[in-house]
Amino acid sequence: METADLHIAEEHANEAHEHHEQGFVAKYIFSQDHKIIAKQFLITGILWAVIGGLLSVFFRLQLGFPDMSMEWLRPLLGGWITPTGQLDTEFYLAMVTMHGTIMVFFVLTAGLSGTFSNFLIPLQIGARDMASGFMNMLSYWFFFLSSVIMFISFFISTGPASGGWVIYPPLSALPQAMSGSGLGMTLWLVSMALFIVSTLLGGINYITTVINLRTDGMSFDKLPLTIWAFFLTAIIGLLSFPVLLSAALLLILDRSFGTSFYLSEIYIGGEALPNLGGSPILFQHLFWFLGHPEVYIVLLPSLGITSEIISTNSRKPIFGYKAMIGSMIGIGFLSFIVWAHHMFVTGMNPFLGSIFMLLTLIIAIPSAIKVFNYITTLWKGNIVFTPAMLFSIGLVSFFISGGLTGIFLGNSALDIQLHDTYFVVAHFHLVMGSAAFFGMLAGVYHWFPKMFGRMMDAKLGYVHFWFTFIGIYLIFFPMHYIGIAGFPRRYYSFTNFDAFSTFTDLNAFISIAAVLTFVAQFIFLFNFFYSIFRGRKAPANPWNSNTLEWTTPINPGHGNWPGEIPKVYRWPYDYSKPVNEEYAGKMSEEELANMPDFIPQTVPYSETPETNLPHENDLINLEVKDDEGAIVIDTKKEE
Amino acid sequence: MASTTTATATTAATTNLWQGGRSPFNVSYGKLMMWIFLLSDAFTFSGLLVSYGMTRFSAESWPVPEEVFSAIPFYHGSAPLVFVGIMTFILILSSVTMVLAVEAGHRMDRKGVEKWMFWTIIGGLTFLGCQAWEWSHFIHGTGLGGASLTWNEYGPPAFAAFFFFITGFHGTHVFSGVVLNYIVYYNTIRGVYDRRGHYEMVEKVGLYWHFVDLVWVFVFTFFYLV
Repeated sequence: METADLHIAEEHANEAHEHHEQGFVAKYIFSQDHKIIAKQFLITGILWAVIGGLLSVFFRLQLGFPDMSMEWLRPLLGGWITPTGQLDTEFYLAMVTMHGTIMVFFVLTAGLSGTFSNFLIPLQIGARDMASGFMNMLSYWFFFLSSVIMFISFFISTGPASGGWVIYPPLSALPQAMSGSGLGMTLWLVSMALFIVSTLLGGINYITTVINLRTDGMSFDKLPLTIWAFFLTAIIGLLSFPVLLSAALLLILDRSFGTSFYLSEIYIGGEALPNLGGSPILFQHLFWFLGHPEVYIVLLPSLGITSEIISTNSRKPIFGYKAMIGSMIGIGFLSFIVWAHHMFVTGMNPFLGSIFMLLTLIIAIPSAIKVFNYITTLWKGNIVFTPAMLFSIGLVSFFISGGLTGIFLGNSALDIQLHDTYFVVAHFHLVMGSAAFFGMLAGVYHWFPKMFGRMMDAKLGYVHFWFTFIGIYLIFFPMHYIGIAGFPRRYYSFTNFDAFSTFTDLNAFISIAAVLTFVAQFIFLFNFFYSIFRGRKAPANPWNSNTLEWTTPINPGHGNWPGEIPKVYRWPYDYSKPVNEEYAGKMSEEELANMPDFIPQTVPYSETPETNLPHENDLINLEVKDDEGAIVIDTKKEE
Repeated sequence: MASTTTATATTAATTNLWQGGRSPFNVSYGKLMMWIFLLSDAFTFSGLLVSYGMTRFSAESWPVPEEVFSAIPFYHGSAPLVFVGIMTFILILSSVTMVLAVEAGHRMDRKGVEKWMFWTIIGGLTFLGCQAWEWSHFIHGTGLGGASLTWNEYGPPAFAAFFFFITGFHGTHVFSGVVLNYIVYYNTIRGVYDRRGHYEMVEKVGLYWHFVDLVWVFVFTFFYLV
């Protein structure tokens, strides 16, 4: 009884802050509304994506055209261009490092989860807002602070962190090792510590909201797959980021307080350092305990978004709803026990290597289940090729082609040849980079009408898709070849190696493709920002979708639904549900043709006798009218 | 509106917890968040303790804790692990007083909550004081340079570095716990929870306080006992 009272108190609190007027700062800057916070994450993520992409263009130019004069970049990069017009070698490493850090954490973790978990969780489960709007706001502002610090590190004289996004010590621990390991690395660590706080605040909120605030009838087996994906992502993040925090804290002590957690027996310039007894491998274990789950933190939200979009636009129920959930849980669990496959060449016991290899290869099973389910959902569907749908199908394509090379890399023997080559770069850029990025773009195209009340231009969307889709394959497919040929990643230039000279053209080709793909993203940027202000006004349910967010007003206010929160009676994938045998004979051709091809989650079974299956007709008996005439499920009768 | 919510909440309580429209675990969001945060924090401590274990496992020698921690104030003989035993006892006792504070909160007994929160805060502060003494004794050592983050007269410096960092990280948690407890204590005196109609905040800080105690049991085991 006590908790029931609490529950009511919460509802009243929610109703209370629905109506009063807020100033500009409270409404758009320090907002506690999940929809505004989602947009803040999205815009910040887009800005970071542009910076991260630009960095990749710079170092791709260096790799493709090593003799090219970079003098034209001097206005932007200043002292990082050497007097002879070349890119500074240390700054090259800094750019590679920052590209990785920005894309993995700031774009595909904060920009992706932050945007869509925030935006969709309350809207799709039928909640007024997140469990704690205040913590949600803090989550964004910690991310913002972290972003500012990371951005500042570009402008210091020793340059930003340069030890790779994995920041392995001793390289990252010793300022003598490279200039980027000085202040730049300190700022990196401070920024990431704040980022972890942001992730935890967000994750705690997402999990609690999904567990506690689902609307009446929204049981876990009626949740859209997007919510399942965000929920599992939050759990994975919640359990893996704290381990990165411990790794970072120990690294901070090694760097600034003279401890030797990761350092032992190091000579720099012939001088022995005093550090003894630590182990750099320890850092790798701690880092990859986060690092591997992080791959799925990046990917799972995109897979969830894809499930939703593919089902909606195939006008078919998602194939294997429970298998989808099961495989996501399986992937989530396995992601915690495969981290050492990043460390096969650290001198690990081969027996241990074979165990990690086995566990790694098992991930192929749930991944393949998901792929087959996407394809079987598309099979014989009445496909509507919206830009979001194209990007979702593109994701499936990348997930397959990048996933297959994962099977090569998971093999501890093959990894000896392939480790740290461009084969790895090609693999993860396809399977987690591009795939997750496509999921994010698909999500933006699909939910843009809900976010801004306007439509994005579809034609520009198609152009954007084809340029990006083809461009990404042109970039990353050749990388497999140069990877197998032995090109190591993170090298500034390959001109010193005769054996690599036959691949010079291929490297130049990749770089041209990368530049074109980057330029194509400006089509999206224009479309996005133009449509916010000038796009065509969106209808209430532009994609004829079943989920709850489309039952809100076109521009939902604080509290999402003006009246009561809708109740849920069915799963979200009742698309093209056939008329049952009982009614098929009684209906005319015209009536059959006019049947809607989607039934929103808010429609009770008692209102759709034509399409109900026998066991769903039984559920009608449970739907009773309450005092106010609303249909509710009587749980007493269920026993 | 309110009446229907109560009705569905109470009928659903007997049958389907996961049907939506209610909290399946019968907890408020705040308490659920605290549980989830503690789960996450447990992983931070696990990361640190596993690192400690790995370093210790690969070290050639390791100090014997009974010989390192054998001093107590005002006594010049050797009393292995007695002082840390007292510290641990005080911390566990403060968990007991916290349980009593939560119980008093359930009865809406403001005086009781005040009394037991007060003793919990005292317990936490005493623990922190003891830890400060233990640290300073360890730092001064026996005249061979003592211990610091880079030096350890008793054995490998890694022992001292991990000791200072992990007990320090735990001490920081205890300190934040004392601050939280004090805020709740202050609010109790001001009657905030009486007006709110429930003492759930006491339960939330209680969860945190018990967690900090539980972590100490592991820290104590790995640094002092084994």
